[in-house]
Amino acid sequence: MFNHLLSLLIWLPIVGAVPVLLAGSSRPNTARWLSLLMAVLTFAVSLFLIPQYNADAGGMQLAESHMWIASLNVHYSLAVDGISVALILLTTLVGILVIVGAWEVIQDKPHQYMAAMLVLEGLMIGVFCATDALLFYVFFEAMLIPMFILIGIWGGPRRVYATLKFFIYTFLGSIFMLIGLIYLYLKAGTFDLHTLATLPLTLQEQSWLFFAFLIAFAVKVPMVPVHTWLPDAHVEAPTGGSVVLAAVMLKIGGYGFLRFSLPITPDASAHFAWFVILLSLIAVVYIGYVALVQEDMKKLVAYSSVAHMGFVTLGVFIAFMLVRDLGNTDAARLGMQGAMVQMISHGFVSGAMFSCIGVLYDRLHTRLIKDYGGVINVMPWFGFLYVLFAMANCGLPGTSGFVGEFMVILASFSANPWIALFAAFTLIIGAAYTLYLVKRVLWGDVTNSHVAEMKDINGRETFVLGVFAAMVLFVGIWPEPLTHLMDSSVNQLVQLLAIHKV
Amino acid sequence: MPNLNDILITLPEFYLVAAACVLLLADAFLPAAKRVWIHWLSILVLVVAAYLVVKGQPAGSVTAFNGSFIRDGVAEILKVFALLSTILVFIYARPYLIDRKLFVGEFYTLTIFAVIGVMLLVSAGSLVMVYLGLELLTLSSYALVALNRDSKLSSEAAIKYFVLGALASGMLLYGMSMVYGATGTLDLVQLHQAIPQSTMPHLLVFGLIFMIIGIAFKLGAAPFHMWIPDVYQGAPTAVTAFIGSAPKLAAFGMAFRLLETGMGDYSQHWQLMLAVLAVLSLAIGNLVAIVQTNLKRLLAYSTISHMGYLLLGLVNAGPEGYSAAMFYAVSYALMSTAAFGVIIALSRAGFECEEIDDFKGLNQRSPWMAFLMMLALFSLAGVPPMFGFFAKLLVLQAAIHAGMMWLAIVGAVFAIIGLYYYLHVVKVMYFDKPVEGTEVRLQSDFTLRLALSLNALVLLALGLYWGPLLSWCKQAFVG
Repeated sequence: MFNHLLSLLIWLPIVGAVPVLLAGSSRPNTARWLSLLMAVLTFAVSLFLIPQYNADAGGMQLAESHMWIASLNVHYSLAVDGISVALILLTTLVGILVIVGAWEVIQDKPHQYMAAMLVLEGLMIGVFCATDALLFYVFFEAMLIPMFILIGIWGGPRRVYATLKFFIYTFLGSIFMLIGLIYLYLKAGTFDLHTLATLPLTLQEQSWLFFAFLIAFAVKVPMVPVHTWLPDAHVEAPTGGSVVLAAVMLKIGGYGFLRFSLPITPDASAHFAWFVILLSLIAVVYIGYVALVQEDMKKLVAYSSVAHMGFVTLGVFIAFMLVRDLGNTDAARLGMQGAMVQMISHGFVSGAMFSCIGVLYDRLHTRLIKDYGGVINVMPWFGFLYVLFAMANCGLPGTSGFVGEFMVILASFSANPWIALFAAFTLIIGAAYTLYLVKRVLWGDVTNSHVAEMKDINGRETFVLGVFAAMVLFVGIWPEPLTHLMDSSVNQLVQLLAIHKV
Repeated sequence: MPNLNDILITLPEFYLVAAACVLLLADAFLPAAKRVWIHWLSILVLVVAAYLVVKGQPAGSVTAFNGSFIRDGVAEILKVFALLSTILVFIYARPYLIDRKLFVGEFYTLTIFAVIGVMLLVSAGSLVMVYLGLELLTLSSYALVALNRDSKLSSEAAIKYFVLGALASGMLLYGMSMVYGATGTLDLVQLHQAIPQSTMPHLLVFGLIFMIIGIAFKLGAAPFHMWIPDVYQGAPTAVTAFIGSAPKLAAFGMAFRLLETGMGDYSQHWQLMLAVLAVLSLAIGNLVAIVQTNLKRLLAYSTISHMGYLLLGLVNAGPEGYSAAMFYAVSYALMSTAAFGVIIALSRAGFECEEIDDFKGLNQRSPWMAFLMMLALFSLAGVPPMFGFFAKLLVLQAAIHAGMMWLAIVGAVFAIIGLYYYLHVVKVMYFDKPVEGTEVRLQSDFTLRLALSLNALVLLALGLYWGPLLSWCKQAFVG
């Protein structure tokens, strides 16, 4: 089993979706329980990664490789490093939570919803495991199909617009990456990422490739100015779709930078690091202000996601500046480590925030902030958890949100105090828009009769939010296991940064 | 005098001609109640033909009738898939034709004659054989399009097809005559050898241009695509399914024979012409498809864009490009039969189910059909892990390898634009509510459902494991 652990992780949920689908709309409960079983099984299997993966050794482990297309020398090859393991664990955990979260909420064709979620989960795990560029691309793109369906069938009123925009936007980004990959393939004769990383390329070639990768991953992260699909997709997606989108899918953009831009085009990345850093700072500051004026809760959290993901790209690319211009490897490691922690932390925090909005939406069927007020009076337990997540979203010390952002700001300070200053702005703006949201939704007197009739969270919802809360506090108070898991992999990435290819 | 060896080499074709004649006779003498036998007999005939093609396949390339007939790996693959897609079309067509009282023996004999045309065309070793195969194919197709002779739309489509087709044939012949004049030979292999010594290069280029017009017309590449939308929409869906599959393989075969076997030395001339045709096809096909409301017409414009991608492979003008283009032609034939198969499965007498709005809410009424159609559409759009994606990957790779990065980028941009209208159909099937008062009644024919399910699932299966097919295609161009 351990020889094919990664394959098992990818295919278990995908194959598991077939019986769920076959259960049909006539037996919704069978479909629900089956999908929960599959998600729990996948999570259980993913837990084996922790003992199996040697965090001290780092590097790519648990490798599997089979010839896929012999005449093109394309391999079905999988392997994980510490960063992938962390992201896979995040994916499988969120996989359970979205299925539990959708339990009674999705009444229309629940079997199709659950099956789409399972397929999506398998494909996302595939993205984190693939070490062959073509295989990566296949998982990367295939992911769009279940998400397209999830938003399109179970989404809100403008779901069709949102889902088409989501699909076409992402496809547009990635097809240029495909051309870049073909170019690399023709040069190297293989899609193997390790070989591509050692392929010598001139600065001009690297620059073209860098922008091809940048478009693909910037759309996914998303970075300013290609973030506009995200508010639409988030607002219209069903709760589970938003949770997966925010918690895992956005991370794939950040992960892509690490797997493609950084090792394949290190010189161009260093050359254009200022550009990405600039875009990240715009995301942090400007999008923060945009979030402040939103009237729709989901839109607010969506914009806050863009701002928070700005820290991920900032942390990755500040490392270039630190290593190349200043030779400060320690700070670079700190920045990169911070970016990774931020990815995981944002996965929990944003997933939790969207789940909370889902809880409210299920009761009042509106996402507008003005329709709420004084919710804490009728839903004390919910209010308690919501405030916790809000604090994590502001980056309060003791929550996971603090750890990553602090590390990135610290690293930025070594590079340039001005960058750190702008990045630190988020602590103020983030607190402003999050607390303003909490103030309007939770505090004060009960504003209308609908709110007065709201019931506090039930056992199922408590479970979902409770798990999120536990993870947020765990990473916030004791981040060491997480950083230890990723530390050696981050070190190796930072070493790669320093290698000049030209 | 032809010797026995020549006959053996051309056995599948001879056999099909004989079988078609027998079918024609059988149809005349069978009582109407037993006409369904023709259907099963025709399928049997095609299966046997496919067997003969594969079984008698020589190692490497052999010629018959003084080089005017070539039997090689390329011809084998194209013939196998032409026969296979025709078998699928026959299975899909039966309930459709019975419902509309079009179930006549002519459909089967004409289609088989068209398939013989396809087989001759892809095996052509001389200009005469190219023309012979082409005319057999197109003349049968004209009649097939007009099969429903009471329909004004069908008759109009057939006449349009005939007039434009005759014009294109004339152009092709004109080009051939110039090439013949410049080199003094009709044999493609000799032509290849004679071209470097020719004293009339300008005449050759002129001839080449006219021949490319003929090829572009057959492929349906813009700006010679005018007949495609009307014919696709006007023809009975069963006939459209045929026109969308085997003849596309033939068109690729014809392009390969004329351009590579014959005019291979002039590739620097025709590469750019094909590139221009490719760009125009991609642009016109994808942009005009967006505004279509009729699914058959939409698929017609999508065909035009797909031929643009196929040309991307041909532009490479090397074994890699040809195998990519052939892979593309095969994938397109399978995808298009699946898409038209779903349209047939959902239509019934008096209801063609060819408007996109007819697919509203299909997922609620027949989730399986919606799923099959979704597989076909995502494959056509080129979204991984579907078959169509890998076909696109290969042609893009071929174009980049030929040094035409700009062309690959154009192809990529239009893939994004094309994505929209395929997604639109998926959206209609999955996200829209069904129209009240309408209902979906599936064709209850078991063989149709089975074949259609296999056809669509193969698009997924080949997407996951396309290695053997690619090696087969590559091998054909090695020897």
